[in-house]
Amino acid sequence: MEFNENFILGCSAIGAGLAVIAGIGPGVGQGIAAGYGASAVGRNPGAQGKIMSTMLLGQAVAETTGLYGLLIAMLLLFVKPFTH
Amino acid sequence: MTPNLLLAGADGVDFMIHGVFKYNFLGHEVWITTSHVCLLIVVVCLLIFFFIGGQVFKHAKAIPGTFQCILEFVVEFLDGITEGAMGKKGRGFRNYIGTLFLFILFSNISGLLGLRPPTADYGVTLPLGLITFTLVRINEVRFNSLWAIWKDKCSPLPWWFPLWLPINVIGDVAVPISLSLRLFANILSGTVMMALVYGLLSKFAYGWPAALHVYFDLFSGAIQTYVFCMLTVTYIGSAIGDAEEPLLKKAFKKVFTKQETTTQTN
Repeated sequence: MEFNENFILGCSAIGAGLAVIAGIGPGVGQGIAAGYGASAVGRNPGAQGKIMSTMLLGQAVAETTGLYGLLIAMLLLFVKPFTH
Repeated sequence: MTPNLLLAGADGVDFMIHGVFKYNFLGHEVWITTSHVCLLIVVVCLLIFFFIGGQVFKHAKAIPGTFQCILEFVVEFLDGITEGAMGKKGRGFRNYIGTLFLFILFSNISGLLGLRPPTADYGVTLPLGLITFTLVRINEVRFNSLWAIWKDKCSPLPWWFPLWLPINVIGDVAVPISLSLRLFANILSGTVMMALVYGLLSKFAYGWPAALHVYFDLFSGAIQTYVFCMLTVTYIGSAIGDAEEPLLKKAFKKVFTKQETTTQTN
């Protein structure tokens, strides 16, 4: 079956929009990590530097899944793999 | 209708890599792109920085000036990263981590100077991930016996039942991909954001995008640099495990101490 190119582009745009929903998960996860980090600093203010670096590292790793969603959206929008 | 339908009315938006110069290499068409040019500028800046740094350290003073203070801070920071994760074994990795750190940092920050950050090109970040992967695997073999590695690869299950082996191997292979994609996607998202702001708000984007630059280029870039180096060190440290020194060195030491004891008894 042959599809119109505009139809494919429109569906790609919808797919890109759906793909960046992946950003919800890392947002929640980073918020939780930041919250626990804040409570840890409240309990032990002396260890702020170490808590900070651990928290940032964990957040950056958690962010990866959201970035994969972003990459898929970028590929759909700008590389246009389904058009020819 | 053109394929540019999705960016209709946004002709000013531009964050793509452009070809600068085309040449033939073994019958293939090869392009020198804006990434290469930005990479060259970053490397030249780094070389100048290192040259001046070397001169400053050659004539180091007891009461350091501003530049010497900055350099000492950088060196101490990098020492802290490596020795915090690996202890005394980490000293050998200071050079690599230092080079990596400064290169990625300068690349990420180059967005401030209007360059397209070279790390927003997957062709730059994937090799960095592969270098880390190679380092991890080489050091695993250097510090652990093959038997210990096999046992580690089957780790949640006993060594004679390697059901978990493929999953562990996939986890190892995913390391460079996730490392490089993380850096690439973070910097690319910042670049795209800035291009959208400048492209869509061309008349209104005066002055205030500087605040966005602080977040997308400085903060995000510095965090991602730190994360890349930290993860590299962590992966190498976990691959080395509890071993204190390389196997070859240990074997040499054993042989020499035996000889010494035999000569003493004689």
